[in-house]
Amino acid sequence: MRDAFAAAITALAAEDERVVLLSGDIGNRMFDRFKETAPERFINCGVAEANMMGLAAGLALDGMRPFVYTITPFVTTRCLEQIRVDVAYNDAPVAIVGVGSGLGYASLGATHHSCEDLAFLRAIPNMTVFAPADALEVRGGVDAAIRLDGPFYMRIGKKGEPVVHEQVPSMQPGGSLLVRPGRDVCILSVGVMLPSALAAAERLAADGIDCAVVSMYSVKPLDTAMLARVFDEVPLVVTLEEHSLAGGAGSAVAEWLVDRGDARARLVRLGTRDAFMHEAGGTAHARVWHGIGEDDVVLTVRAAAERIAAG
Amino acid sequence: MKVETLTASPLRTATPVDPDDPSGVARAVRATLLELSRRGGAPHIASALSTVDILVAAYWYVLRDDPHAVAGPDRDRLVFSKGHAATALYAALGHLGRIPWSTLASFNEPGSPLQEHPGPGCAPGVELATGSLGHGLPVALGMAEAIRLRRSPARVFVLMSDGECNEGSVWEAAMLAPARRLTNLCVVVDFNKWQATDRSRDVMAIDPLAEKWRSFGWSATEVDGHDIDELVAALSSVPADAPTAIVAHTTKGAGISFMEDDNNWHYRQLDDETLDRALEELGGIW
Repeated sequence: MRDAFAAAITALAAEDERVVLLSGDIGNRMFDRFKETAPERFINCGVAEANMMGLAAGLALDGMRPFVYTITPFVTTRCLEQIRVDVAYNDAPVAIVGVGSGLGYASLGATHHSCEDLAFLRAIPNMTVFAPADALEVRGGVDAAIRLDGPFYMRIGKKGEPVVHEQVPSMQPGGSLLVRPGRDVCILSVGVMLPSALAAAERLAADGIDCAVVSMYSVKPLDTAMLARVFDEVPLVVTLEEHSLAGGAGSAVAEWLVDRGDARARLVRLGTRDAFMHEAGGTAHARVWHGIGEDDVVLTVRAAAERIAAG
Repeated sequence: MKVETLTASPLRTATPVDPDDPSGVARAVRATLLELSRRGGAPHIASALSTVDILVAAYWYVLRDDPHAVAGPDRDRLVFSKGHAATALYAALGHLGRIPWSTLASFNEPGSPLQEHPGPGCAPGVELATGSLGHGLPVALGMAEAIRLRRSPARVFVLMSDGECNEGSVWEAAMLAPARRLTNLCVVVDFNKWQATDRSRDVMAIDPLAEKWRSFGWSATEVDGHDIDELVAALSSVPADAPTAIVAHTTKGAGISFMEDDNNWHYRQLDDETLDRALEELGGIW
């Protein structure tokens, strides 16, 4: 997904002179083509994210369209005050892009995990929050960001994630993508969990459970029309995210559901535990540790579906 | 923006100033900020007073407007990073004619666009919402980059407090700006030697302040922050290959004898009697 971002931002910079790319001293060689395309519009801000975010706000307030890029915890929680004040309070059209979100950099340890960013960022006024699922959704997200005249945050994966879509989808704030239809269950998959959600749906189908899958890339604003339809038509809705259950996309859906005041369908939320992982392991291991591996999805959905069927 | 529904009585200090009399302008700005503080019950009076001469030097004698458009892209910008001293900023913009007196008179009333710290776009000339310290310089750095990318001749000035230099983000920006050779960027530190609760040199090792900026690669000078001629000369100077840092030595509470260098006036508020005494000291024409 990071290569998709590099390609997308390079293409965008070639056609839009307002685009500036700010990197927190990462992306070695990754942005070589960008630097060839727009050498004046690439700024390596060093390992100084607070300053980088303020700088981006200044560029945006002065007519440019900066994209700020580094590893997710460093471009979110490390400089949260600058996001809140410089970017959001001033309503500056800065696009914040976090790479290796969730458990993408699991093996690097919890300093590099980001299971809280959606909670922090979606609580900030003026902020739009995206979690694209694959390389093509990254491209769609970049396109949406440049159309949006306001603060934007997008958490992307790392490298080599499976590509689910066949073409760049049309994406906008408050949108979602129905990837697989189904009548019994709907998994609202957030970001890079989409391939797991689809694999789980395939396994559940073998059990006679017809499982829809939606890529709910817009965490803020939510696609409330889609949610209303899903909760009216499907008895079991499952949110799945590489993010804490406290404050993430599942929380956002739960908030919407409570405020709606009509909870006929049952909501089950799958997300990371309220704990830091203190052991080595890659993304697949970390997902299992946190209880969001593919088996966890299948077992949880099956159990919930059986409870509903039993009345 | 419901200011039209506010019915604040006119400001007594809303009197014309003569640009040929810099010290008269500064006295008028001080008078108005004191009146605003009294009306709005706003603290940080001494912080506002220390910064007045810098604002007057910049706004009246250094900053250039865009010749083609009001608030146009080629205007010089002043980022007021010490947002807690907003009464000084509002008073200056009022005397410049950028904030209508009726709006200024509504300061801090419920519904007024003018809060104790300046909000985004709250008045023409307010380039950035500030209030949390250490934000102005990084944002100004971004503005300076944007201006350079557009090949605009505009400059960006940042007015900071010495307490603000406690913030790490200031020094992140201080390290980046010279590497980016942003000669269109100018920092002014209102060095009044106090922060909220103590002498700034006792809280953190701020001295030698000009030497710090110089060692980071800035063209650094020290001036008397209450000498408008000296300030204008320093603000007008543009080095060939480095950003500018001006350490302006000031007195907290400057201009009012019973406030000068008395840090109680960081939080203390005026009553009618102390306001009258202060205005009397400023010339008594109000």
